[in-house]
Amino acid sequence: MSDRAVKLFRVGVASCGIAAGAEAVMEMLKARAGSIPVVGVGCLGHCYAEPMVEAVLNSGESVLFRDVQATEADMDNLLAVGPNKRFEIPPERKSRELIKVLALAGRIDPTDFDAYVANGGYEGLKRALSMTPEQVVDEVKLSGLRGRGGGGFPTGNKWGFLAAKKADNKILICNADEGDPGAFMDRSLMESVPHQVLEGMLIAAYATGAARLFIYCRAEYPLAIKHLNLAIDQIRTHRLNVVNGRELDIIIKEGAGAFVCGEETALIASLEGKRGTPRFRPPFPTDSGFQGHPTMINNVETFGNVPLILREGGAEYAKIGTAGSKGTKLFALAGDLKYPGLVEVPMGITLGEIVFEIGGADREKVKAVQTGGPSGGCIPVELFDTPVDYDSLRALGAIMGSGGMIVIGKDRCMVETARYFLDFTHRESCGKCTFCRVGMTRMYETLERIVNGQGEESDLDFLADLGPKIRMGSLCGLGQTAPNPVLATLRYYRHEYEEHVRDHHCRALQCNALVDLELEQDKCIKCKMCIRTCPVGAISDDFVIDPDKCTRCNSCLDACPKQAVRRVPKRKK
Amino acid sequence: MDQKFTFLSKIDREPSNLIKGLQLVQASEGFVSDEAILAVAEYFNIPPVEVEGVLSFYAQFKRVKPGKYKIAVCDGTACHIKGSALVQEWMRQELGIKSGETAPDGVFSLETVACLGCCSLAPVMSINGRVYGKLDRKKMVKILKEYASK
Repeated sequence: MSDRAVKLFRVGVASCGIAAGAEAVMEMLKARAGSIPVVGVGCLGHCYAEPMVEAVLNSGESVLFRDVQATEADMDNLLAVGPNKRFEIPPERKSRELIKVLALAGRIDPTDFDAYVANGGYEGLKRALSMTPEQVVDEVKLSGLRGRGGGGFPTGNKWGFLAAKKADNKILICNADEGDPGAFMDRSLMESVPHQVLEGMLIAAYATGAARLFIYCRAEYPLAIKHLNLAIDQIRTHRLNVVNGRELDIIIKEGAGAFVCGEETALIASLEGKRGTPRFRPPFPTDSGFQGHPTMINNVETFGNVPLILREGGAEYAKIGTAGSKGTKLFALAGDLKYPGLVEVPMGITLGEIVFEIGGADREKVKAVQTGGPSGGCIPVELFDTPVDYDSLRALGAIMGSGGMIVIGKDRCMVETARYFLDFTHRESCGKCTFCRVGMTRMYETLERIVNGQGEESDLDFLADLGPKIRMGSLCGLGQTAPNPVLATLRYYRHEYEEHVRDHHCRALQCNALVDLELEQDKCIKCKMCIRTCPVGAISDDFVIDPDKCTRCNSCLDACPKQAVRRVPKRKK
Repeated sequence: MDQKFTFLSKIDREPSNLIKGLQLVQASEGFVSDEAILAVAEYFNIPPVEVEGVLSFYAQFKRVKPGKYKIAVCDGTACHIKGSALVQEWMRQELGIKSGETAPDGVFSLETVACLGCCSLAPVMSINGRVYGKLDRKKMVKILKEYASK
């Protein structure tokens, strides 16, 4: 057979691939490919190019295709390894990324146990079982791994706390309640390499002596739950869940839609079948957690790192990263950039390298980046030399967070951005702490007033004063971080707030209440596209937009072939 | 216990399974009715008020029977900008219901969702999972009429 012949096709069928139509592509390709195997794999990391297909040639060379559709033409192109719809990973991304945790994502069939084992799977567990539990804890301590859910607590220390407890019924929980809007690192990992997460959990169970294992996963991730359930059945069949002569129970619990349940004490309450409200710490869960038993909670990505540490050794793992932050981190890149997607980078890489080089964002057009989702803060482009590690980001008023990274362009209003995040967090407050419940609502109402052009100068001092009080007066991470988007934008973009309240002006021309749509008669060719698309009939027969009827929906602006419609500052009446 | 809810016996009576029990009820009935609350309370041997307390905390659980046609109006960022608030208002005028309600004749129910993932077609709604995009009032009324006459 020729070197150029296709040995194997891989189709990305994680959730985002499926949404783009990858299942139909895979079905059609299977029917057409004859004896060439077609394997459904997890996330390839390039969301903007889905559905993606990889052709592996006999020579070992790999050819990627993007935007593949279930058409005969596309199938012909794939089978002939044709020139159409070729995809090259952008070279800047290739040189900056460091793929360790995601090494098998998009490479193997997530439901295939043997494929995971053939690629080094469960070797970490094997090595762990050849050591004493204390040695395993020490290995994780040596690696410098810190919690990937956002908090950044040293993982080895946490393991040590649980291991030191003398109790029969110790509990281990994998936090898979990934709730930040725009974050999907954990989903991708569970969908693409479920065994890697389970291997991490089994190693942790051995090191800490935990007897019962839970995965608390949000119900919105059906594919992740399906793959994890399959994987759990497989490890039972292979008796890998028998650790120290004890058969471990692994149970998946589905969340029911509450953001606060990502907080560990709230998660435990929810797991117990109660309202998901957090409680005071101490006692810490490692002292008294699920139903009073010593309990340890780690995030999905944290567990995903553990097999690597055991396989290559803690010292080797710690060679990557900065003094205080070791290893790699997954980020879900989104917003105003060219290449949104899932990326894995070494700790210590700069924000600029991620946003501009990996994300392909336009240097001239970026204003800031939001890390940590609604719990994080924005970092202005002037500070993009900052290395990405837990401590540097915290010093800037942002947080590493779980890995959502939203690029904010210059045509976005920072007040509106803060309002958007608070809209989410104030509704997700569980209501237990007054400062979070009432304070966040007051902050949100104030921001609503400002973007509607009804703000006053005293509002800015009110926000700056209330934010830290909410932080102090709230029990859990939700309330303690929820004011961050406001405080960070006030810190770096106070002038935008001031323009809103003083001049009723939005420089980004984004806040609808402060903007009019204007039709330039000189450019207009009277094609009536605008009149036809306007959902509210705000454009007259002589092409004048009625500002009272207009909802600023931009339909006419998008429909106009001559760009005669533009957004302008609201005319004073 | 009500015959309708015998499927609860599939799970252990442990209190930590309460949410699972409610999820089973919703999967089977489409919502959690008053009688379902009583059945769940009886099964787990806890007061009904505790069941209601838990279910009202979580966004997943619905207390109103959904209509034959479930309308979801998207209020994600893109649809919000493109006037999804107007779509809600038109719905209120046409069907007489707000988000979270079901029309008295049980034909339509209305809810607001965060994002249907079809941002390029904003404003969008879905009816029983089928997505309709680029809505204006005329188009929306026409679609509703088609469903009502089915």
